[in-house]
Amino acid sequence: MPEEPVLSVTDLSMHFIARRGRRVVRAVDGVSFEIRRGEILGLIGESGCGKTTTGRLVVRLLSPTGGEIRFEGRDMAKSSRAETAAFRRRAQMIFQDPYASMNPRFRIRDVLREPLAIHRIGRTRAEQEEMVRRALSEVKLEPAEEYLDRFPHMLSGGQRQRVATARTLILSPSLLVADEPVSMIDLSTRAEILSMMKEVQRARGLSYLYITHDISTARFFTHRLAVMYLGRIVEIGTPDDIVDRPAHPYTRALIQAVCEPVPGRVKEMRELPIRGEIPSASAIPQGCRFHPRCIFVTRECRLAPEPGLVEVSPGHRTACRRWKEIS
Amino acid sequence: MAGMADPVVVVQDLALHYFTRRGPVRAVDGVSFELLRGETLGLVGESGCGKTSLATAMLAMPAPPGRIVAGRIVIDGTDILSLSDEEVRRQVRWEKVSMVFQGAMNSLTPVYTVGRQMSQTLQHHRRTTRAEARRIIERYLELVGLAPEVINRYPHELSGGMKQRVVIATALFLEPRVVVLDEPTTALDVIVQAQILNTVKELKRRLDLSLIFITHDLATEADVADRILVMYAGRAVETASNEIIFGGRACHPYTRMLLEATPRLREKVNELAFIPGNPPDLLVPPSGCRFRPRCPFAFDRCTDDPTLREVAPGHFAACWRCG
Repeated sequence: MPEEPVLSVTDLSMHFIARRGRRVVRAVDGVSFEIRRGEILGLIGESGCGKTTTGRLVVRLLSPTGGEIRFEGRDMAKSSRAETAAFRRRAQMIFQDPYASMNPRFRIRDVLREPLAIHRIGRTRAEQEEMVRRALSEVKLEPAEEYLDRFPHMLSGGQRQRVATARTLILSPSLLVADEPVSMIDLSTRAEILSMMKEVQRARGLSYLYITHDISTARFFTHRLAVMYLGRIVEIGTPDDIVDRPAHPYTRALIQAVCEPVPGRVKEMRELPIRGEIPSASAIPQGCRFHPRCIFVTRECRLAPEPGLVEVSPGHRTACRRWKEIS
Repeated sequence: MAGMADPVVVVQDLALHYFTRRGPVRAVDGVSFELLRGETLGLVGESGCGKTSLATAMLAMPAPPGRIVAGRIVIDGTDILSLSDEEVRRQVRWEKVSMVFQGAMNSLTPVYTVGRQMSQTLQHHRRTTRAEARRIIERYLELVGLAPEVINRYPHELSGGMKQRVVIATALFLEPRVVVLDEPTTALDVIVQAQILNTVKELKRRLDLSLIFITHDLATEADVADRILVMYAGRAVETASNEIIFGGRACHPYTRMLLEATPRLREKVNELAFIPGNPPDLLVPPSGCRFRPRCPFAFDRCTDDPTLREVAPGHFAACWRCG
């Protein structure tokens, strides 16, 4: 019997009511996926596609308007207060902006001790201090004495993201939601932070939901990738499936648009197999939601009900009814 | 190419320091380069390396407390640092050289229509009738790929990509010879990024522009820049053609490490490389080669400051190990 996934999300939706009910923003609109123990799932897509909202729903910073989130076997919507508190400890989030996610008046020691205080972990100050030091060494901020008494502004972006990681690890979570954890960090140190995160993930057998718009980084960091478009997952598979054998026209356009450090491109115009701009999440097109931008669109794509995810190969699924014809 | 085409910009030994309470921060510290007519020069480096400071110097408008303390900048035959503020405003800024500032698309005034804010810039420099102004603005909106009716829209009605196009149009309509673009695609989504890069390439060809394209992302430079200038800690450390830099012939250890840290989508790697350590504090830059503290190839000689020298035809590097 296969092991139960750490996280299982079914038909999740988050509809925001805007302008006193005159507009409904369907930020997340029927998303399903699973994350297994020790797995890194990447959620990629452009701004406004709902990937950050999905991450926030998963850690319950938002309550969904529909669908189910099962975490370690329990339905989160039906859990008791005590269970919710325990869940909050086990599912942690690392935010995009390491400059905004820490209280500037807290010393690093206090930044790390706060979650312990909230969850009443560690009986004595000495015990807590020991946990703080261990967490810092786990993210390679050593010796701890160098950092404990500093304020966040005295650290570089990379060091802050290490502290943010330590702050989650100190609670022994099983799932980390990382929302663009390196997008504000200089390229030269980005890889260093990601390799630290991967090391921690391997050592502890953690699961990650890694949210990013950067497909190149996602390719080497994740085990599986889900591509989101306008509130839905349009394709999911291994990074090789997504990058080397994209089935959905949107994924193809995304891959095509990525620049690479190779010569010989300056004189060329990049061909982008996509039309127009992304519509608003308050006016999601009928039929296949990608159809107004799709270069393979047919009458059926406009009129027939939206296609669900169908299997392309084992583990590789796409939400395009024409994937076979166009490949 | 060098020697054949004449340079439209010549920068010599430029130094721009920020005079802080703790002392001068040497953000640009002796940089020389040329921009040839019709060329796109890509300026790359980590944040804090001096790329944006260098760009502000090109418009003779360093942000306070910054001051240009040494060097010469000649743009289209004019030594711009010898001019008065008034002369720079009248003859240089937006007339000879314009700039797309980083994040400018988010600095559009929310209460004015696109047309109104564009015509303010236009009328600052040209005496035109309203109808003429409208014609010019509409023409440039079309050039950057926008519908002329965008002239009546407010910024909040536009997408990020459209706003960036408005900003680019505003940089172009006084017909400058040189345009400096500072991270023009950084905050945009990949597909929009690629569209803007296509537009920039097309505009350069159609309007016969010379461009300085600044970004921290080498992959973007590979797409647009004819020649690359790599900066580190206020200095130019390597400059060479796109083919040399991206064709595996970069020789400065910093450039090579930056390339290795740049993810490649279509190439499988398990771990990306990174550059250990941080760039130096430019209040007290290290003696000798400024990359020495982070360089795995440093040796005795690196305590002497290497200057940029030609290691192969058209290929310059500031490293004792090169050539």
